[in-house]
Amino acid sequence: MKLTLKIWRQNGANDKGHFKSYDVVANEEMSFLEMLDVLNEELINRKEEPVVFDHDCREGICGACSMVINGKPHGPLRKTTTCQLHMRHFKDGDTIHVEPYRAKAFPVIKDLMVDRTAFDRVIQTGGYISVNTGGAQDANNIPIAQSIAEKSMDAAACIGCGACVAACPNGAAMLFVSAKLNHLNLLPQGEVEKLERTHKMIDRMEKEGFGACSNIGACEVECPKDIQLINIARMNRWYFSSAFAGDQ
Amino acid sequence: MEIKWKIGDELKGNVPPGPLDQKWNKYKDKQKLVAPNNKRNVEIIVIGTGLAGGGAAAALGELGYIVKCFTFHDSPRRAHSIAAQGGINAAKNYQNDGDTIYRLFYDTIKGGDYRSRESNVHRLAEASVDIIDHCVATGVPFARDYGGLLENRSFGGVQVKRTFYARGQTGQQLLLATYQSLNRQIAKGTVTMYNRHEMVDLVKIDGEARGVIVRNLLTGKLERYGAHAVVLATGGYGNLYYLSTNAMNSNASAAWKAVKRGAYMANPCYVQIHPTCIPESGEYQSKLTLMSESLRNDGRVWVPWKEDDVQAIRNKSKQPKDIPEDRRDYFLERMYPAFGNLVPRDVAARAIKKVCDEGRGVNATGRAVFLDFEDAIMRYGKSEAHQQGLSNPDKSTIRSLGEKIVEAKYGNLFEMYEKITGVDPYHTPMMIYPAVHYTMGGLWVDYNVQTNIPGLFAIGECNFSDHGANRLGASALMQGLADGFFVIPYTITNYLADKIKVPKADINHPAFEEAEKSTRERFEKLLSIQGNQSIESLHRKLGKIMWNLAGISRTAENLSKAVEEIRALRKEFWEDVYVPGSMDEYNPELEKANRVADFLELGELLATDAFHRNESCGGHYREEFKTEEGEPLRMDDEFAYIAAWEWPNTNEEPILHKEDLNFEVVKPTTRSYK
Ligand SMILES: Cc1cc2nc3c(=O)[nH]c(=O)nc-3n(C[C@H](O)[C@H](O)[C@H](O)COP(=O)(O)OP(=O)(O)OC[C@H]3O[C@@H](n4cnc5c(N)ncnc54)[C@H](O)[C@@H]3O)c2cc1C
Ligand code: SF4
Ligand code: FES
Repeated sequence: MKLTLKIWRQNGANDKGHFKSYDVVANEEMSFLEMLDVLNEELINRKEEPVVFDHDCREGICGACSMVINGKPHGPLRKTTTCQLHMRHFKDGDTIHVEPYRAKAFPVIKDLMVDRTAFDRVIQTGGYISVNTGGAQDANNIPIAQSIAEKSMDAAACIGCGACVAACPNGAAMLFVSAKLNHLNLLPQGEVEKLERTHKMIDRMEKEGFGACSNIGACEVECPKDIQLINIARMNRWYFSSAFAGDQ
Repeated sequence: MEIKWKIGDELKGNVPPGPLDQKWNKYKDKQKLVAPNNKRNVEIIVIGTGLAGGGAAAALGELGYIVKCFTFHDSPRRAHSIAAQGGINAAKNYQNDGDTIYRLFYDTIKGGDYRSRESNVHRLAEASVDIIDHCVATGVPFARDYGGLLENRSFGGVQVKRTFYARGQTGQQLLLATYQSLNRQIAKGTVTMYNRHEMVDLVKIDGEARGVIVRNLLTGKLERYGAHAVVLATGGYGNLYYLSTNAMNSNASAAWKAVKRGAYMANPCYVQIHPTCIPESGEYQSKLTLMSESLRNDGRVWVPWKEDDVQAIRNKSKQPKDIPEDRRDYFLERMYPAFGNLVPRDVAARAIKKVCDEGRGVNATGRAVFLDFEDAIMRYGKSEAHQQGLSNPDKSTIRSLGEKIVEAKYGNLFEMYEKITGVDPYHTPMMIYPAVHYTMGGLWVDYNVQTNIPGLFAIGECNFSDHGANRLGASALMQGLADGFFVIPYTITNYLADKIKVPKADINHPAFEEAEKSTRERFEKLLSIQGNQSIESLHRKLGKIMWNLAGISRTAENLSKAVEEIRALRKEFWEDVYVPGSMDEYNPELEKANRVADFLELGELLATDAFHRNESCGGHYREEFKTEEGEPLRMDDEFAYIAAWEWPNTNEEPILHKEDLNFEVVKPTTRSYK
């Protein structure tokens, strides 16, 4: 299949950046990133600069890959990361626009690669359970209802890719933050620090320049791991109960 | 071509005395300690943030050391441990099925084909119990049964259910818990985290590891960091084969730089080829995707008996379901009745290769077999119908009930398979083929997980220590967490206790100067060649040599050919590689070039090691050494040792240091899964 790619090229955060057009021949079995590999190999052979993008596992789990394809973070297929998107979902002759995530809290580093360390800093403020190594009680001492463990796991499946932020017109990180809060707050082990954790992480999120939530729901639609809006609802409940508790 | 090596001094594993099951506790009773006020003056560098490195950095930070932690990823959460699917072993015996620490130890030694150090493996089995407690306390949402207690599944090579899991994302959940503990220390200031920083050299002062040269990948600048000890937790070298299940950026350079500074590489020829991966689809293929071993709990592996059925499937005139039962060969069940589809990985991989070599492979390339869930779906469906009290349910009701159960167990794997291949595995059996997956070999370490360079420690997949010649499923995660959280905090403290009066490393020391200079010259050289071949294409060539000549099955003749071809390719690389861009900028091609250059040396050492080991054991199968039935033949009299290689930086031959394996408790026997 013959494709025309319009790829965003930007040399560093201070460069203005522009779309550049490339022709590439792909086949249907390739993944989207393998198609970009083919392009890069050609660029290298022509001694031009290859396109920079983040990637690693290519199995949809590390959360590294991150581009916006035809206006959608991770491309057209729902519940699918860019690395798991295969070319059989495109047609011969298609023109495909590829650009980086655009969000205030994720500055562009180069081409399609952005800086997502704001996520790490949010986790650092409370996205953990405060126990040291050694001395934990037997793992089966606290039974956890299967339905609770499953809900926690649903939220814990977040890969930290940032597509939710890129999808949101406000650049909000509500889905990501709520996913971590639900993962930990729902478990009895995470219960102790629940309200404090919620407060601290939301504060940090705001300081990092993520926007406010206006209930659009684009995050849920674009999330490759099917993290659901219900997580945001629960987060808000914890947030307001801690705000009203007065002693936070 | 003749492959040569020299024999060097023997090595000692520094195993503490005493009965096997008391060694570790006695060690802890007697080891030297560092008082809290002194810990605040002692610096440790940790390279890597996988289960091993992330765990070590977090645990050492908790103890109060000054920790500097490095990863080439943009965040510690992306370490390759994230991709592990199936589960983690622990001798909890929650299933009451007869599991004990001894049995986990024994299974691991046997699974490793009697090529690992007993004391390390026993310690690993002991730690496994604490790991699960720790993980649950830090919030890992493991699978649970209806009563709310932890659920287990079984993995290859064992007869108990001891594998804990979080859907098909166990590695992700363990890594996230580790990452979170690490972040807690980063917030407290005990750990300083350096993302997108790649270690490019090790610095030794007076024979001891005292620091590293690191390249800031965003700016391209070389930076110097000093410490009282350096811990490498940099993962395995599977990408030497180009195609593997490892993440694209996994590489061996940190370990190899240590080797170039005098560390020994142990058993590099022990490479695990995983039987169940999605087959290759073309030249552009960038990596291979694992289908977790847990699938063999329920999937049955088969190929047709008859040539015409094989042809019909290849040309798509027949579907797999059109082949009647009696014309199918469930070859693992036939060859290994006791373990059936759950034989260890090396055994399954060879059997798959064998039926494909016989011309019975089921895809266009002839390199695939079926992994079929039809029986499991119907079995689960019947049981579920029974539980729901349905009388006389029809086949489609049973089937859809069964599909639901299978989906709950393996849903994300099935989804991944469908995304990649476009085929729905609920209705058409999966096609699978072996691929390089894990490397048992790695930096040689003693009982303290310390390399032969004082102050240089190696943990997780990057050392060689626990899995012998073959790793059992769900044991790498266990080892990573054991090394990081439960072993190194003790053993490194024992080392550092003698270093509390030693001042912080001076990064203006000539050793730092020299290391930075030689690194810079190497990068400049890579950039100056300006040849005609891309790094990717050269790496692909190396991968083909490795896979064809040093892969699933090996011969002396092929291995010497491999050495010859690798040398030629190395020459070609240094004359004709094209690396775009410059050094002082973000330049992923330059990163790759540096890594592939190292693979081109490690590949030669791997082939040399495989050539020297005149026996078959675990993942190392030499066609010259097999029983009449074609099973691997170990040569215990000659080869019951760890082969630790010194790589001279001149053109001399490598030097082999042997560490004898003493089996005090387990008696090596022929590993049989029949
Ligand atoms: C697809 C797949 C599935 C698996 N499933 C299972 C399973 O179900 N159960 C099981 O037990 N095992 C499994 N394994 C094996 C297991 O995941 C790994 O062996 C284990 O996670 C390795 O952990 P590690 O901490 O040693 O290294 P990694 O997790 O590989 O971490 C290496 C770290 O080192 C860093 N690094 C490397 N080099 C440098 C450098 N030069 N400078 C700076 N940083 C560097 C990396 O950035 C990374 O942070 C699986 C492996 C694969 C590939
Ligand atoms: S919530 Fe979804 S989209 Fe957002 S970071 Fe997590 S996985 Fe990515
Ligand atoms: S590359 Fe890891 S999720 Fe896409």
